[in-house]
Amino acid sequence: MEFPKSLYDFFEEVGELSRFAGRFFQVAFSRPFESKELIKQCYIIGYKSLFLVAVTGFIMGLVLTLQVRPTMVEFGAVAYMPRMIGISMVREIGPMITALICAGKIGSSIGAELGSMKVTEQIDAMEVSGTNPFKYLVVTRVWAAILMLPLLTFVADAVGLFGSYLIESSKGSVSFYQYYNYVFSSLVFGDIIPATLKTFFFGFAIGIVGCYKGYTSNKGTEGVGKAANSAVVTASLLLFIIDFIAVMVADIFWEI
Amino acid sequence: MMKTTNPLKEENVPLVEINNLKKSFGSNQVLKGFNLKLYPNENVVILGKSGSGKSVLIKCLVGLNDIDEGEVKVIGRSIPDMERDELDIIRSEVGFLFQGSALYDSMTVRENLLFPLRRHPERMKGQNEDELVLSALRSVGLEHTLELMPAELSGGMKRRIALARMLILKPKIILYDEPTSGLDPITSNEIIKLMFSIQKELNTASLIITHDMDCARVISSRIIVLQDGINYAEGTYDDLSRSEDPKVKAFFKEIQIF
Ligand SMILES: Nc1ncnc2c1ncn2[C@@H]1O[C@H](COP(=O)(O)OP(=O)(O)OP(=O)(O)O)[C@@H](O)[C@H]1O
Ligand SMILES: [Mg+2]
Repeated sequence: MEFPKSLYDFFEEVGELSRFAGRFFQVAFSRPFESKELIKQCYIIGYKSLFLVAVTGFIMGLVLTLQVRPTMVEFGAVAYMPRMIGISMVREIGPMITALICAGKIGSSIGAELGSMKVTEQIDAMEVSGTNPFKYLVVTRVWAAILMLPLLTFVADAVGLFGSYLIESSKGSVSFYQYYNYVFSSLVFGDIIPATLKTFFFGFAIGIVGCYKGYTSNKGTEGVGKAANSAVVTASLLLFIIDFIAVMVADIFWEI
Repeated sequence: MMKTTNPLKEENVPLVEINNLKKSFGSNQVLKGFNLKLYPNENVVILGKSGSGKSVLIKCLVGLNDIDEGEVKVIGRSIPDMERDELDIIRSEVGFLFQGSALYDSMTVRENLLFPLRRHPERMKGQNEDELVLSALRSVGLEHTLELMPAELSGGMKRRIALARMLILKPKIILYDEPTSGLDPITSNEIIKLMFSIQKELNTASLIITHDMDCARVISSRIIVLQDGINYAEGTYDDLSRSEDPKVKAFFKEIQIF
């Protein structure tokens, strides 16, 4: 049987991406730090996705509560609602929704931006004016994504829980204070730490894939669209894989 | 014409020296043993068909492309052997005008000009950076675009801003990749005039890639035809325009449709 071409391409791509990530780690901690560009990118990445992340988190909070509540009522477990929503929001839905939205929004825009910079020789122009474009463009964007994803996840969690509270208070008679008390008393470190740690990895995956696709995109404007598109697809796939690994690892360490 | 050939050039040290340069991309052999010497004050024009490897050639000169074989020396230093820090010093002596201007889309004109300047603070010599930016813009006649974004500029304006960005470090050698392509004849003329005034002011040597025969005629001290990866023909404009070789003639003859 012949080795399928698409599978071959797949492994080649994985290899190239790993090499690109390796290149990132080689220079990620060394001087000079392009701190101005880093701050600008943090602002862009955080600000661009904030609204979308908040709205999606809010709706997920509403929907999740509406969907789960009837079953909980049936089992007479409605008192566990805040706990149940709190855990699923913080552990899984918040991080994942945020990461997927960012993959679509940030991943594609980084892919398109670097792709068009590559095609129009802006990256070459940076190189000849005494700048390491890999550090200036890639390292800053990846760091910005790593730093911003946890913050955005925090927003999604908070807004999602607020959405859930709105439903709970309209159906039952729980006060805002009571509700949050329930939620936080049920959350333990084993919920919060792994969930936060994995958002750093999500940020890294989104940043590195977007940069890789853009930075290595082919000549021509068609290459730019392709870079943006495949950045989203690859990043999303990678997010699920990372999520799976993170949950397994957390399971070992925290014995949930 | 303001041709600036130097009768003593044989005794001068070449600013750029390329010996037997070979470069391929996969199975695509682009350069197959190219040679070139560029002396101070010279304007060497490189002619070649689209895809003949002209851009690849000048990118090898600033280390944007690796080379497979041969020698590439700029100001006496071998480019392929250099580390990034050293390379950056040489690069600051070489101005590069990219084929599509390559202005940074996300930055204003001012930030575009400041970019190379901030990377080479030693070049400011105590002068105020805003002053330097303004004087560079003034030399291309576009002071009023200071706070505009590249997307708001026309193609000709972009080219002139790119010239200003390149000039701000006062290079000794300038590499022009099709400086007049995609521009109307009037704007092309303005660019050519700017190229002359730059040479007069900074005493530069330049390597000019162009398809524009008018540009080649007025600016070249020497022309090299790059064909099949080698220096196919070489000489002054007048020499080459009298050539009988069909591949050389093709650049000079009028368009024939029938
Ligand atoms: N990074 C690259 N990867 C693969 N092939 C390349 C690369 N850069 C250039 N080439 C190939 O090298 C050849 C020469 O390209 P180059 O851009 O130097 O042409 P050119 O002479 O500048 O043409 P034009 O006048 O159209 O600008 C082309 O066949 C091109 O496909
Ligand atoms: Mg070219």
